[in-house]
Amino acid sequence: MKPASFVYHRPTDLGDALAALAEVGHDGKVLAGGQSLVPVLTMRLAAPGHLVDINRLAELRHVTVTGDAVRVGALARHTDLERDEPAYAVLPLLRRATAHVAHRTIRNRGTTVGSLVHADPAAELPAVLAVLAGEVELVRAGGGRRLVPAGEFFLGPLESAVRPGELAVSATFPVPPAGTGSAWLELSRRRGDYALVGVGVLVTLDAEQRVTRVRAGYVSVGPTPIVLDLTDAVAGQRYDEAAWAAAGALAATLVHPEEDIHATAAYRRHLVAVLTSRAAQRAGADAAGTGAGTEGAE
Amino acid sequence: MTTKLFGEPIPRREDPRLVSGAGRYLDDLGPDALAVAFVRSPHAHARIIDIDVTDALDVDGLVAIYTYEDLAGRVAEPLPVLIPHPALHAPRTAHPLANGVVRHVGEAVAMVVATDRYVAEDVCDRIRVGYRPLPAVVGIDAACAATHRVHEDVPDNTAARLVQEVGDAPAAIAAAPYRLELELEIERSASMPMEGRGVYARWDAADRSLRVYSSTQTSTSLRFALATKLELPVDRVEVVTPDVGGGFGVKIVHPWPEEVLVPWAAIRLGRELRWTEDRREHFVASAHERGQRHRVRVGFDADGRLRGLDVTFWHDNGAYTPYGIIVPVITATQLLGPYRPGAYRVEFASLYTNTVQVTPYRGAGRPQGVYAMERTMDAIAQQLGIDRATVRERNFIQPEQMPYDHGMIFQDGRPLIYDSGDYPAAMAMLKELVGWDDFAAYRERARAAGRRVGIGLACYVEGTGVGPYEGAHVRVETTGQVVVATGLTSQGQGHETVFAQVAADALGVPIDDVTVVTGDTRRFKYAVGTFASRAAVMSGSAVALAAGKVRDKAVRIAAEALEADPGDLEIVDGAVQVKGDPAARIALGTVAALANPLRYSFDAQTALATQFAKAARVDRPPVADDDEPGLEATDYYSPIRSTFAYGMHAAIVETDPETADIRVLRYCVVHDCGNLINPRIVAGQVHGGVAQGIGGALYERLAYDRDGQLLNASFMDFLMPYASEVPAIEIAHLQTPSPLNPLGVKGAGEAGVIPGSAVLASAIEDAEGFRISRMPISPSELWELRQRHATGASPADRDPADRDPVDREGS
Ligand SMILES: Cc1cc2nc3c(=O)[nH]c(=O)nc-3n(C[C@H](O)[C@H](O)[C@H](O)COP(=O)(O)OP(=O)(O)OC[C@H]3O[C@@H](n4cnc5c(N)ncnc54)[C@H](O)[C@@H]3O)c2cc1C
Repeated sequence: MKPASFVYHRPTDLGDALAALAEVGHDGKVLAGGQSLVPVLTMRLAAPGHLVDINRLAELRHVTVTGDAVRVGALARHTDLERDEPAYAVLPLLRRATAHVAHRTIRNRGTTVGSLVHADPAAELPAVLAVLAGEVELVRAGGGRRLVPAGEFFLGPLESAVRPGELAVSATFPVPPAGTGSAWLELSRRRGDYALVGVGVLVTLDAEQRVTRVRAGYVSVGPTPIVLDLTDAVAGQRYDEAAWAAAGALAATLVHPEEDIHATAAYRRHLVAVLTSRAAQRAGADAAGTGAGTEGAE
Repeated sequence: MTTKLFGEPIPRREDPRLVSGAGRYLDDLGPDALAVAFVRSPHAHARIIDIDVTDALDVDGLVAIYTYEDLAGRVAEPLPVLIPHPALHAPRTAHPLANGVVRHVGEAVAMVVATDRYVAEDVCDRIRVGYRPLPAVVGIDAACAATHRVHEDVPDNTAARLVQEVGDAPAAIAAAPYRLELELEIERSASMPMEGRGVYARWDAADRSLRVYSSTQTSTSLRFALATKLELPVDRVEVVTPDVGGGFGVKIVHPWPEEVLVPWAAIRLGRELRWTEDRREHFVASAHERGQRHRVRVGFDADGRLRGLDVTFWHDNGAYTPYGIIVPVITATQLLGPYRPGAYRVEFASLYTNTVQVTPYRGAGRPQGVYAMERTMDAIAQQLGIDRATVRERNFIQPEQMPYDHGMIFQDGRPLIYDSGDYPAAMAMLKELVGWDDFAAYRERARAAGRRVGIGLACYVEGTGVGPYEGAHVRVETTGQVVVATGLTSQGQGHETVFAQVAADALGVPIDDVTVVTGDTRRFKYAVGTFASRAAVMSGSAVALAAGKVRDKAVRIAAEALEADPGDLEIVDGAVQVKGDPAARIALGTVAALANPLRYSFDAQTALATQFAKAARVDRPPVADDDEPGLEATDYYSPIRSTFAYGMHAAIVETDPETADIRVLRYCVVHDCGNLINPRIVAGQVHGGVAQGIGGALYERLAYDRDGQLLNASFMDFLMPYASEVPAIEIAHLQTPSPLNPLGVKGAGEAGVIPGSAVLASAIEDAEGFRISRMPISPSELWELRQRHATGASPADRDPADRDPVDREGS
């Protein structure tokens, strides 16, 4: 379990990084927190000829709250986002979900944007970006810049829209409309493991506390993060009387999970129903201002 | 008086070194050594057609590539069958490098030596091995069906078949008023020490001597094995065990292929060589354990008393049997636990499959046996509507029946005779500790609140301290410092602490004056190894005996110097003194100097022993006929048979009514390992064992597919419990001394792990209300069982669709 040899680049500003990426093209990989890439290299599942380490690009280590979104720079660690108070104030789902990403030591190094680019369908933040309909900012040498919406960013298991030579410099998580509450729930075998099933739910209420919208994003039930609109199951019902189980039941009919050594497909589908209904109930209470949406237990 | 150390919970003396990064592990040694890596089989079963190294030859830094063709002499022979047994009629072991056929994924095919491990792996990637795949035998069903063979010359895939019988169990069962038949399965897990295996070899060509460092559980036996394999005189081979990051059984196997090949190549190349196993290799190229299926037939009376027990089980031993059939032999005997079985018959078949070989992992067959027996006890209680604890109590061997002879042969080839124990007292303690009698009310209250909770319990008896022997050498230096050397190794158990406690007490010296050396054949040549909860019993006793000899000699010499009667002397705080007259004393260091009559002196202390010194006597030889110079002694402890520790565990679990998630709320342990040398260390052993027991019950399995590929060969998918999955462990101790050894101790190393699957199955069954017969169990499996239970099927019955994939294909 030793990586094949590679050339190591450690640029100190964005321009140099982009130049290096342009030069190495297909044969290069960005090294961010290394929490996913390094295991891949040591197991020789990939053997890129060049690594471009972006850890010296201090300009990318930021979490910025604008009026209607949270922007996360490529070097912001999971922990930076998790602990960012302004971000939590406008978009608590970010903290609620990030707290379930691995363990503290991994969150201290792994980056939010790296997790998005890595596009693991079991990872939390891709599902959060998807359910919020956020986007990723990709730049390349020579001034090329693309904003890729979540719906087009996650192409398959461990496959995102980032092309050779491109660097993902930030991700933008839009703040949902007023009256929206959120919750993240997941079941993992051990604390910190990738979830058997995880769900982030957004519930929007009108002034009479009636449900106007339910959106859910899932991990570990498909090749990419799955986003479902479950509004129909509970539309118009008061949050404290809503038939949340119906939202769960609806979700279960819409997903097509697969079996692996940790869980059968039927069990995963069942978890989708249970976790969706529980999370939606919490998100409804969160929207009404009467309950929290499941903070991380740390 | 020197404070007595035996029984004191003193902190582990090795910990400051180990936790501050000052430990010296195998991979810390030989920074300039060449690195070794292996090309390993990607197939579970295949014929090797050819090995093409052309592409690899121009890699910079390559030193050598070896395949089976390069081996000669005894190195080319199969590895030894370490523990032959009359019932092991078809033992098979691997060659150090595959000889034409590979029989499991991970089997070594070629060895690469290079300047570093990175280059070595580059070379491995470029070696092309042509394989012709053969059908893989995976799982007990496929092994029994024997449509395909793991070894061409073993047509029924059966390595061993053993029957032991006491009385006529089938007749007793037929005549019993009540009968039950159960099928109980348990899956594979593995030792998974934090540090994998590793070997570092240095050949001194001029001296024609070999020094091998190995992360092993037995340096002395490895030394003999290497001398044999490499055809060297034993006195030209030294084996040293550095700090070892855990063993749990897997490192008792020796010599591993790599342990033979690395020294062999070091000699050939005249270079230092080191191989450090990586985690992936550890998953596919070391050893696993636990996989067994049991069919239990039991007959009992209306009170739940056993009349007859008839157990047949199938043991999946993997591709090879280097460690013989110790694991199933232990299951067969230790299944009996604290009970009188009435008539007993046990039969097992040990079966070859194209998977990693099976050798003992902490508990070594006991977790399976206890699981079979304790599930049976629960089933009897259920059938008769009697409390589960009561059924057990009615079957206990009573304290006044000790020593209790089961009339069987144990794993050490000696009679299965329990030496001591008080099972009813332990059960009373456990019920009190866990609140057994109040639980039914709690379960009802929880039910009413929509929660599902359950309680389970399990009992075990564990033969510990198996022979044949261990020894120790104790020496007092002229500085007064005491050095204790014992041949068995340490993998983190705390030997530096407990052996020092024993020696300090026996000698009357402060513990800070005692140093302990283990696992170094330069310091102590004869030993067996560290396994089977035997170190405290065996080496602890040997240290006590050797230290006692040193004490006697010190008193004899001091008596002369003090002109006192030996019977009036005692050793206190490192000095021999006249009882009641502390002024008349002589330091042990001085005694040590006097014990070695000298011609030459090096300091004031040794000057006392020279020929013109005051103490010199001229009326007899300086060293008497029956004496030796030096204040030191060696002694060995060799018991008549094993000593039997025991314990009882209870757990409370909660299962989520919707998600079927399983949480352990409480875990209680009553434990009796005789006298406690160090309660803190015993508690640590129990904690670690319980964590592994929970791992085996709820998390760990080795997921092979039908082709014999291990699907979870990494810590990402092989789930060991984190601290977050292990509850606080509540322990109560009983101390029933063993009559068999001078310290009255029994082993404690494996205890914690043994009843894990039994107790958690019992608790989950209690929470769910249907039988749990396969372990480990995951939330997904529990949920699937609920679905089957809801449709009226008995979840305990094996679902035909659940059978091993290979068998399904065949049917
Ligand atoms: C034991 C363990 C448990 C884990 N559990 C979880 C979990 O429960 N949930 C979860 O979500 N994650 C989990 N992770 C993964 C962790 O969150 C990773 O840190 C994250 O997925 C990747 O972030 P990184 O910064 O470490 O990326 P890296 O490992 O450095 O890179 C990952 C990939 O993304 C590319 N990349 C990274 N940044 C950029 C960029 N800015 N532009 C272009 N390409 C880029 C890299 O080239 C590489 O291909 C776990 C990891 C470990 C080791």
